[in-house]
Amino acid sequence: MWEYTDKVKEHFLNPRNVGEVEDANGVAEVGSMACGDALKLTIKVEDGKVKDAKFQTFGCASAIASASALTEMIKGKPIEEVEKITNQDIADFLGGLPKEKMHCSVLGRQALEKAVADYRGIALKEEEGRIICECFGVTDREIERAVRENNLATVEEVTNYTKAGGGCEKCHDAIREIIAGVRAEATPVSRPKLSNIRKIKMIEETLEREIRPSLKHDGGDIELIDVIGNRVLVATRGTCAVCKASEQTLKNFVEAKLRELVWPELVVEEVTP
Amino acid sequence: MKTIYLDNNATTRTAPEVLEAITPYFHVYYGNPSSAHTFGGKVARKIQEARERVAALLEAEPEEIIFTSCGTESDNTAVLSALETRSDRRHIVTSRVEHPAVRSLCTHLTGKGYRVTEIPVDGQGHLDMERYQQSLTPDTALVTLMWANNETGVLFPVEKAARMAHERGILFHTDAVQVVGKIPIRMGESAVDMLSLSGHKLHAPKGVGVLYVRKGNTFSPLMIGGHQERGRRGGTENTPGIIGLGKACELAALRMDEENTRVKTLRDKLENGLISSVPNSRVNGDRTDRLPNTSNISFEFVEGEAILLMMDEFGICASSGSACTSGSLQPSHVLRAMGVPFTMAHGSIRFSLSIYNTEEEIDFVLDKVPAVIERLRGMSPYWKAGARACAAS
Repeated sequence: MWEYTDKVKEHFLNPRNVGEVEDANGVAEVGSMACGDALKLTIKVEDGKVKDAKFQTFGCASAIASASALTEMIKGKPIEEVEKITNQDIADFLGGLPKEKMHCSVLGRQALEKAVADYRGIALKEEEGRIICECFGVTDREIERAVRENNLATVEEVTNYTKAGGGCEKCHDAIREIIAGVRAEATPVSRPKLSNIRKIKMIEETLEREIRPSLKHDGGDIELIDVIGNRVLVATRGTCAVCKASEQTLKNFVEAKLRELVWPELVVEEVTP
Repeated sequence: MKTIYLDNNATTRTAPEVLEAITPYFHVYYGNPSSAHTFGGKVARKIQEARERVAALLEAEPEEIIFTSCGTESDNTAVLSALETRSDRRHIVTSRVEHPAVRSLCTHLTGKGYRVTEIPVDGQGHLDMERYQQSLTPDTALVTLMWANNETGVLFPVEKAARMAHERGILFHTDAVQVVGKIPIRMGESAVDMLSLSGHKLHAPKGVGVLYVRKGNTFSPLMIGGHQERGRRGGTENTPGIIGLGKACELAALRMDEENTRVKTLRDKLENGLISSVPNSRVNGDRTDRLPNTSNISFEFVEGEAILLMMDEFGICASSGSACTSGSLQPSHVLRAMGVPFTMAHGSIRFSLSIYNTEEEIDFVLDKVPAVIERLRGMSPYWKAGARACAAS
């Protein structure tokens, strides 16, 4: 059985905003019954705000919960704000989704985008791309986008987010090529959100590669104790531990380096052993 | 909350009589049956007794019974032994609807230079016997076909298929994991060479299985080690498991009638009740040529995992052939092989009963499940449109 968060279960058992908004001015239908999940989203936008939103879903518990969550997230919000919602935001709202179920949140994001475009009267430029996964009808554009927005690195991750490659598996090589292509791009179009695990890993790597050698040169050392949100807790060792200038070193050198190479909002704090 | 367990093709409750019989073999008679002392020798005698009980249920000889750790090990041993002893042949015949224990192994062997032919089934789950006959070649080492399908309960004509294989000098193995204890098996007059069974499917504990190998057949072990099982399966015996399986086989022989009368009646009541009270529902697989305890029903326009989780709120346990429950993204390979439309396959639920189910439980399920389906259909964008289309056609 899947490990769902209490919030997913709660939204599944008591879904909010089921049905169709009668005088909707934004309608979207995404997915298909053959693929195992489908979502119809109807929204009513008034004075630049989403006044009402309702959904109908054919799908598993996490598909229903994702759609329910999406309607809760957008109701009453200005359309400009609503447009920025990503699939990760939907998953975060639910306290996370099992990785194999991330495609449920992507389905929500796709429906939202299409409904807003419908409201604006723009026919969402059909992701003209080439079908890569024939089993689930997923195009190269959709795969590229999922890879870019969620910082995906493996075929398995792409399958979890888009379903592409989850059937006959013949397209796995093509998916690998797309991943390589996106990751080779010089500047990522949108900076991917940094997961905690990735953050900790990058901090450790930066300490090891960029910081420790300089400190060791002066007979000092630094140890990573913990990372809580953007707070990087460290302990100093060797000469650093008794050096009066160590606070300056932490701020001007260690913190600056970590902000430059890992994440701009990191704050380094020293903890006493 | 009371648990209503209708998932007996996944695993069964260990029978209280079995539990009672095996408990002393953990902490009182814990000796190793291979030991020279009387303390271990006592356990060896109990294992021999279990072997006789298993053989009795299968109408086989005790020396034809090899204890293993599970159904998968039995299947793997059978297939690999056949290929080893018929090393001049490189072809395997199987079906499209096998359990992963056989199916994944065959896929694995395809990458090792073997040819595998998967015989299709029709919409009722019946094996295409014409294709089967054509598939048997002088290069075929082994046929491996399940006796009953775990998802639909549909039975394959294993005896007939085994005789056809024998006429061509081909070994025949059957995965009988779902069948043992439910329908009579008479190995004495059978053409089957090897048969797998699993303890936990017939009220013995998990972790014990059997491979039947017909006397006189050459055999090549999978587990190589000590002289246990007369050198055919190395490794210290799971003594409580084996003794439990012996007891379970003894009970199964006594209860087989009940499986085919009372349990079958409950299954039919559940099935008929659900398909008559839930519109756009249907039974998957042949309804007559089938195990007495299994019912696979599709509820159109809703998704299986959602049904399971809502039933779970009432303590009702079952399985689904939907994509979301399988961990893959496609619905059950069995239903796809049968040509069940995706709209139906995604909403399929397997109910599998045992002698421990009661009529009250079935009434409870009949009271709750139609409302679950209705509730989910109320959320489904396809329900109204789909139901209209069906009414019009």
